[in-house]
Amino acid sequence: MGRERRKKYEKGEATAFMSRNQAINKLQLTLADFRRLCILKGIYPHEPKHKKRVNKGSTVHKTYYLVKDINFLAHEPIINKFREFKHFVRRLKKAINKRNKDAEQRIRNNKPKYKLDHIVRERYPSFQDALGDLDDCLSMCFLFGTMPQGARVHMEYINHARKLTVEFMHYIIASKSLRKVFISIKGIYFQAEVMGQQLTWVVPHGLGYQHPDDVDYRVMQTFVEFYTTLLGFINFKLYHSINLHYPPKLELDAATPVDENEENMTEKERYQERLSALSQTLRSLDEGGGEEEVQLDEFPAVETDDPDRVEKAKVEAEKIKKLQNLFKGLKFFLNREVPRETLVFIIRSFGGDVSWHKSVAVGATYPESDESITHQIVDRPQTKNQYLSRYYVQPQWVFDCVNNTSLLPMESYFPGATLPPHLSPFVEEAEGDYVPPERQALINRQLGLQEDSGVEEDEEGSEDEEEDEEEEEEEESEEEEEEPEKGRGKRKRKHETEAATADQAKKLNMSVEAGAPENFNVEQKLQRQTMEERRLAEMMIPKKKKRLYDKIMFAKKKKNQETRKLKEKREAIETQKKSESKKKKKKQ
Amino acid sequence: MFRLFISGRATRVLTSSSTRNRMSSKSRSKRKPDQFDFVDKGANDSDSSESEESVYSGLEEEPDTSEEDQEQSSDQSDNDSSDNDDDDDDVTLDDKSGLELSTEQRKELSTASDDELNEINDQRYTGNVKSQNRKQRKQITVKTADRPDEYDYDSSDEEDIRNTVGNIPLEWYREYPHIGYDIEGNRLLKPEKGDQLDEFLNKMDNPNYWRTVTNKMTGQNVVLSKEDLGLIQNLQSSKHPDSMAENYQPWIDFFTHEKMIHPVTNHPQHKRSFIPSKWEKLKVGQMVHALKMGWMKPTKAKTEEEEEENFYMLWKEDEESEITRRYRAHLPAPKMPLPSHAESYNPPPEYLLTKEEEEKWQNMEPEERRMNFLPQKYSSLRLVPAYKRFINERFERCLDLYLCPRKPKIRMNINPEDLIPKLPKPRDLQPFPTAQAIVYRGHSDIVRTISVDPTGQWLVSGSDDGSVRFWEVSTGRCMKSITMETGSLGNMCIRSVAWNPHPDVSLVAIAMGQTVILVNPGLGDKMVTNNTDNVLHSFSPTEEESMGKKVYADWSSIDTSDKRFENGFRLLLQHPKEVSQVTWHGRGDYFASVMPKGDSMSVLIHQLSRRRSQNPFNKSKGMVQCVLFHPVRPFLFVATQRYVRVYNLLKQELSKKLMTNCKWVSSMAVHSGGDNIIIGSYDCRLSWFDLDVSTKPYQTLRHHKRAVRAVNYHRKYPLFASASDDGTVIVCHGMVYNDLLKNPLIVPVKILKGHAISHDLGVLDCVFHPSQPWVFSCGADTTIRLFT
Repeated sequence: MGRERRKKYEKGEATAFMSRNQAINKLQLTLADFRRLCILKGIYPHEPKHKKRVNKGSTVHKTYYLVKDINFLAHEPIINKFREFKHFVRRLKKAINKRNKDAEQRIRNNKPKYKLDHIVRERYPSFQDALGDLDDCLSMCFLFGTMPQGARVHMEYINHARKLTVEFMHYIIASKSLRKVFISIKGIYFQAEVMGQQLTWVVPHGLGYQHPDDVDYRVMQTFVEFYTTLLGFINFKLYHSINLHYPPKLELDAATPVDENEENMTEKERYQERLSALSQTLRSLDEGGGEEEVQLDEFPAVETDDPDRVEKAKVEAEKIKKLQNLFKGLKFFLNREVPRETLVFIIRSFGGDVSWHKSVAVGATYPESDESITHQIVDRPQTKNQYLSRYYVQPQWVFDCVNNTSLLPMESYFPGATLPPHLSPFVEEAEGDYVPPERQALINRQLGLQEDSGVEEDEEGSEDEEEDEEEEEEEESEEEEEEPEKGRGKRKRKHETEAATADQAKKLNMSVEAGAPENFNVEQKLQRQTMEERRLAEMMIPKKKKRLYDKIMFAKKKKNQETRKLKEKREAIETQKKSESKKKKKKQ
Repeated sequence: MFRLFISGRATRVLTSSSTRNRMSSKSRSKRKPDQFDFVDKGANDSDSSESEESVYSGLEEEPDTSEEDQEQSSDQSDNDSSDNDDDDDDVTLDDKSGLELSTEQRKELSTASDDELNEINDQRYTGNVKSQNRKQRKQITVKTADRPDEYDYDSSDEEDIRNTVGNIPLEWYREYPHIGYDIEGNRLLKPEKGDQLDEFLNKMDNPNYWRTVTNKMTGQNVVLSKEDLGLIQNLQSSKHPDSMAENYQPWIDFFTHEKMIHPVTNHPQHKRSFIPSKWEKLKVGQMVHALKMGWMKPTKAKTEEEEEENFYMLWKEDEESEITRRYRAHLPAPKMPLPSHAESYNPPPEYLLTKEEEEKWQNMEPEERRMNFLPQKYSSLRLVPAYKRFINERFERCLDLYLCPRKPKIRMNINPEDLIPKLPKPRDLQPFPTAQAIVYRGHSDIVRTISVDPTGQWLVSGSDDGSVRFWEVSTGRCMKSITMETGSLGNMCIRSVAWNPHPDVSLVAIAMGQTVILVNPGLGDKMVTNNTDNVLHSFSPTEEESMGKKVYADWSSIDTSDKRFENGFRLLLQHPKEVSQVTWHGRGDYFASVMPKGDSMSVLIHQLSRRRSQNPFNKSKGMVQCVLFHPVRPFLFVATQRYVRVYNLLKQELSKKLMTNCKWVSSMAVHSGGDNIIIGSYDCRLSWFDLDVSTKPYQTLRHHKRAVRAVNYHRKYPLFASASDDGTVIVCHGMVYNDLLKNPLIVPVKILKGHAISHDLGVLDCVFHPSQPWVFSCGADTTIRLFT
């Protein structure tokens, strides 16, 4: 009786959240400043569990921030810098309008600056955290690094991003941590493994930039501002982890002669250009120390109690080592039409040597006429003055080799040849997914590498034959594919039915022809029976789980449909191809 | 404007003086002859070019006066100058008087001058300019020109023929021979004017005709001189009226910037200009102090290193523990999905979209699309263009990162098989009916109800065609068919049939319209049928009992002589309302009938042995759907639309009320143990109640897709069946354990299909065989089916 009635919305969820406007009022910032702050500090809105309760009974849509987050923001020293900057802008405007050049210059010189070090530290308490969140950072920096000069973005951001990405690429080359590459229509994807973290980033195809209108570049700039700081610190740390000078120093500094292209540049620019050529190795802190081969220790079986795992880890390490030295001993030469930076980056990351015509860019190490070149990468149907001592291949070969962790046969990558499909290395096929035949062939080859490799080497002859063989192979693979597909579903039933049909099987042994249809019938019947059983069992799923079950089944069905669709499409294409080739043969 | 009034002599003097003024500015020596030589114009041309005064050369003195008026009206400066120049005695004498006079007759003069100037209007306005010019010229020429005798031309005897009529329209004088009056009051006669012919001749002969104008004031003809014409022309072409006037005189710069001899001002220099500023001294002092104290530092030239960001080892291994983690669990943003095969620049051909798919993709909203790009195939890397939406996608990602509300989401990895409850396999729960064995055909309309005889040998069915058929279960033969006579009953639908459960009695209760008919089918054991007949026949009503009691149903037995007796009709119970259901008590003596519209009488319990009916309830609790007797105990289950009430018939009280949680109960069945009942409802549900545990359903099964019409328990086997409008009968295993702690096990074991759906009705009733695991079902397709 005497207990006071508690007022509503005075504790719990209602007090844990704050709408955006409330937050802005509390921090006394403009919306733009608030957003900048959120970007820099990595504060994002939260979705409360019960919106209505948080909004004190109203159902109006609002964005909510955690009150704790906002309190955390309120102590940020950068807020004061924002205010100072506002003041600075006002003073500067005044000076400009009064045409007071002196004052203008003075004010400009005293432009308030802020540092983001502490924010980086705060957002990523450990280095692993920072690495884990690096994907967006890298993609943004690479995007800005490739942007053309223009009014939309400040040059300093572009230059800074470019510098840092070049440094990062140097690290990847030096540490040989690139793992996967993929040419997509959007850009070129790279995946590297740095300190156990998978970093994936995408670099746009750098031609024909169009700045879209519906993009707010200020937001992107704020992001890049933070990301460049982050990437700088990460580069520093990474360089030191493999004993490199941090502002990177090239192995051969002053020794290299000045190119014609470089004549007009300042010393610094020239250095930057050489650095971004990616063709030289960096100077190490401990001179001549070299990398030590890390031998994977074999743990005693007692500790791990799973000898298989140790074995597996060993195999994995072996594989990676092989991949890291994929192009070792190969000398590449890039024609001018191929994307130079990407290919240099990839080839150098896997231990190859690479050069290009010196008129294309700074930093070419050997000319085209070098006889020791083993591969020349060409993206044109025909080339004059072919050297007999080297292979001419299309750039996709490099990418496919990396994704397959082995040097692929080059026949289908010769200049002018129709390229085999370029598959994404990021797809991990789950059961029931559609696997393109090419991919399946690769998987098969990887599984039974020894047997197939010999066959493939022998595979050289007229193109027609090859095609036929390929087709056959594909057919086989398809059949193989189908079998497990069917088998997977039916295996269980088969086991079940085996016992039941044991008697019949005995009978069947006597007359094969008569038995077959009966057997089929029984199977069908059994199948029907199991289906019915399943249906009956499904009926007993309680209502609560029923919805979830239905959802899962719907998703499964959808996926199966898609897989089937792709399969059918492929089959149709194959049959069409076959018929066409037959026609051709007939004509011939 | 300063005007002088001129009267008489004084006027004349003044006039002359003013003219003289003007004369002085020009060559005055030649003035005199010019003034009087009106006729000989050509000779004086050169002179007159200088003299502006000779405007009206045709007049004697008039031009002077008129001119004078112009001058007077022109400018004060002119007057001043004239005053200055007037050193003439006459003028000095008369000056004052003239001035005095001026106020008196100002009007007169002004009117005159106005009229006079009608024709030479243009000229008058130039006076201002002229006077100014003249002033200048005076300054320049004063010294140079010889000063002639100023009084040469002064003619005081000049006749002034000024018209004094004033500012009036001159038409007024049109009729008169005179044109006005002179200053003396004498008439001024109009000059001779010829007729038109003269005019014409004049025009033809006179070479000066074109430059002759008429002075309206005097009527005189005036020939304009060459100068006048030039003047007029100049005015017309908006030039300076004086053709000789110099517009662009040489500028004499007295103070040149090149040669400044004299200071502009001659102030002595202020003291503060050579004493050092105190304010500055203070400021400098402050700065010096600040520099000394190290508060102020000289600005350093920026070095390049400074401009660049300096990075250092932000994360040190050993400091890891010091860092306080963020105060809360951070929700990292989900990573961007990795590209699939379809995104490749050279994907396998099956990933490319066909035309229809592409169109579909284009027509979809961008948010709905599963892929945000169209797969493309390029034959070589060199042909791959930049992706147009790359920046947009990055930007969207940025927006997602800082604007999108985040929420922890638990991603469950659930195997759908795990969701299916672990139940025994139906195969292990045999026996249960699995296949259709016999179809009983014969009815011509919906078969609404069926019932099996307690021995399991016979089956009775009631149909909408008004017939009741008796079938042999094992063969499917129709042993007997009774077609009800419509008669007064109207509705001949058989709503319900029920076979007496007592094995020694061969009786079937049939509900049709408002009657319940008890029929002895005469099938099976002859002993039993005869016994039944005998028992019924030997009944003698006891009068006392029936007296004074309300009769709820009208019992009537049928005579042996009646034709209906042959058909097996034994007793008729006439009810006040339509009967929807009859059901027997387990012993076979009592049976209950349901009249849904009977209000308080909706349930009646009839006793066969005493042939009387009672109404257990005196109040209606809703529309009764069906009733059932408890198989062993004296309970009655009454199902209304939503609830099932359990009445204790002995204590005459309500013992339980079951919440069915369904919208409309259709049917009900009791387990042979009596502790479990199932209820079917029109909203597709089947609820199992465990009476010992709760009044709420133990389990609700939604197996059927349409309304459940009938439910039934098997008497011996742990089976129950439900019949539904979707045309199926679902048989479930429903095991009730003797152990009270163990919940009943319910497993659906078979979906029996066979009945066709007609008129949206499927299976209407289902009944189990009393001893075998068989189930009978009847449906809207007029058949009865047996599943074994």
